[in-house]
Amino acid sequence: MSTAISISGIGKRYMIGATQKRNDTLRDAITSAATAPFRRLRHAGSSTGHVSYMWALKDVSFDVEAGQVIGIIGRNGAGKSTLLKVLTRITQPTAGRVEIHGRVGSLLEVGTGFHQELSGRENIYLNGAILGMTRTEIGRKFDDIVEFSEISEFLDTPVKRYSTGMYVRLAFAVAAHLDPEILLVDEVLSVGDVAFQRKCLGQMGEIAGSGRTVLLVSHNMGAVRGLCTRVVEIEGGHPVADGRAEEVVNNYIAKQLQAEGAVLNLPRPLGRSDELVITAVRVLDDQGKTVGPFHSSRPIVVEIDVDVARGNAAYQVGFDLLSGGGLVLRTWHTDGPPDAWPQLAVGHNTLRSVIPAGLLNEGSYALAPRADVYRSHWIVNGDEAIWFDVVKDHLESPFSWVKNPGPLAPVLDWGVAKGDASDVGSLSESGGDVTAPTPPR
Amino acid sequence: MAVSAERPSASAETTTIIQPSKGWVRLGLRELWRYRELLYFLTWKNILIQYKQAVLGVAWAVLNPIITMIVFTVIFSKFLHVGTGSKGGLPYPVFVYAGLLPWNLFSGSLSSAGASLVGNSNLITKVYFPRLVIPGSAVLGQIPNFLISFVVLIVLMVAYHVAPTWNVVFLPFFTLLALATAMGVSLWLSALYVLYRDVQYIIPFLVQIWMYVSFVMYPPDTIPHKWLWLFSLNPMTGVIEGFRWALFGHQYQAPNWEFWISVLMVMVVLMSGLYYFRRMERVFADLV
Repeated sequence: MSTAISISGIGKRYMIGATQKRNDTLRDAITSAATAPFRRLRHAGSSTGHVSYMWALKDVSFDVEAGQVIGIIGRNGAGKSTLLKVLTRITQPTAGRVEIHGRVGSLLEVGTGFHQELSGRENIYLNGAILGMTRTEIGRKFDDIVEFSEISEFLDTPVKRYSTGMYVRLAFAVAAHLDPEILLVDEVLSVGDVAFQRKCLGQMGEIAGSGRTVLLVSHNMGAVRGLCTRVVEIEGGHPVADGRAEEVVNNYIAKQLQAEGAVLNLPRPLGRSDELVITAVRVLDDQGKTVGPFHSSRPIVVEIDVDVARGNAAYQVGFDLLSGGGLVLRTWHTDGPPDAWPQLAVGHNTLRSVIPAGLLNEGSYALAPRADVYRSHWIVNGDEAIWFDVVKDHLESPFSWVKNPGPLAPVLDWGVAKGDASDVGSLSESGGDVTAPTPPR
Repeated sequence: MAVSAERPSASAETTTIIQPSKGWVRLGLRELWRYRELLYFLTWKNILIQYKQAVLGVAWAVLNPIITMIVFTVIFSKFLHVGTGSKGGLPYPVFVYAGLLPWNLFSGSLSSAGASLVGNSNLITKVYFPRLVIPGSAVLGQIPNFLISFVVLIVLMVAYHVAPTWNVVFLPFFTLLALATAMGVSLWLSALYVLYRDVQYIIPFLVQIWMYVSFVMYPPDTIPHKWLWLFSLNPMTGVIEGFRWALFGHQYQAPNWEFWISVLMVMVVLMSGLYYFRRMERVFADLV
């Protein structure tokens, strides 16, 4: 096997507080250039100045064999996206060297380069060119792309009239017809609905199965586990684990749990400082303990700390509950009946919600906080997740030896329907009855 | 969807080396050539959008220079009695319109290309390609406007009985010179805009002031001779003077040494712009 990607000693340094330190306006630059000699005089003793640096990546080295499908995991801010930006040449490394052997395709976002005013047809050509396809190549694949996207009737409609689904399908159709030897992919899987995610996974599985080299950066542990043969975990800008996918992912989840219990203390608040930010998320049992595993027979309490800068009655806060495989089970928001919306006061708020006892099956779950302004825009869009484990101890068949599949485990009542279907609504209490149901005749 | 790919090269094995670049960088024109189709498509997009978004669309390309020409003719020719050069044989409307043509190509490029990098930040942070393509496509996107306005010039010349001379064969050269100037200044401005956001306020101001020192509405012999050298440092002087000479030949003064200094300045601006842009390119994605 030959090496497709060879990464040696890659480092990427950013200036901290760059927004304050950098001269954001030409005026500042000129003023600071003019006052520089005086400043130098004043700080004659200290030669270092005030600028401090942060290494987003530090000494990252590993090789990827041709044909390997490798996943990069790690917390937000661990440096995995920076690594991808270096590999795709979007940003330059500060140190080190990468060699990539083969044609590279990269996929960092859905819909980049699409223009609202242009028609679907025009966007296919434009996007194709941005993806790196030649005009003849796009021409050759045009019909396939249109067919894949299922939007052929709207080909000459400006994409601003498209629904989100159509838009995403078209964007993905173009990308799916790219034919690189090495594919570098970011969180594209987090875009779109579940059906689209599945289509993405399927398409990528195909790419992965076709002997192509794929490097996938993802939060989606299910996708990583399902697609990748090898996983590298990055923490603090440095690879800390590298090995078989199953092993690294499981250790990662376990480590997340051990390190903090089910508390998400965010290094920097999520959200927009001019609207609201989420500062912490806690998953607690009914005793107020954050350290799992949680018992399925008891309610699980979710607390989200929200700091509100500017009042707005249209704020919604909530969370996605995801299975260990990364499937969104449900998104809950503070958007019940209008009069039941909890109103957030300016300042600190703690929102509390309860996942009822007996809902979840045994396994690992992730909870990703969300916030938005109703029908306007996202403030926090599932960027960060907290993991927790559940052991199942609520009532189920004493005959069940193995874990039943699936993430949900509410107990359903069963009975034998006699006569017509109207009986179904009035089943007798049959709690632990394990009689196999007979379909109504 | 942001997907970029190295185009297949002649050899089956494409190797990409990524490492920090230090100090002066190469211009990377070979790589730019490989991305010529992207340049073509982005130019095409810019042109489409220009005409789709504007209500007046193509009409704007005709109206803008004509209205400017009328206003200038009334103020400078009728009221202020500004001439049209030492030989004086040109009708002022034709004279000023011939100056407005390259000028509008230049100023349109600056306005469009200056903000182009920041306006395309979504591309820059998601896909790799030589960033020169972005201001490049913004400048090239001005060409249709130029061509449409040029047709109006032909109509004007016919109406005023101004016949072109054989010098007109040099017109493409001066058009290229106008594009080169526009490109050079746009490279500087677009890169500076990424670093300093107040460049957006400077561009309209710059365009306005620059026009007054570019012989658009008056001929060079209007100003004291001893200051001519100063005006020749302005690359647009050479472009506009060259344009008029190519169009009107013997009716207009021939290129003199000030003209060649101006042409030299075009090259200085273009090359320095290219180098500055390439040097700054590596931080665009981090700052934009």
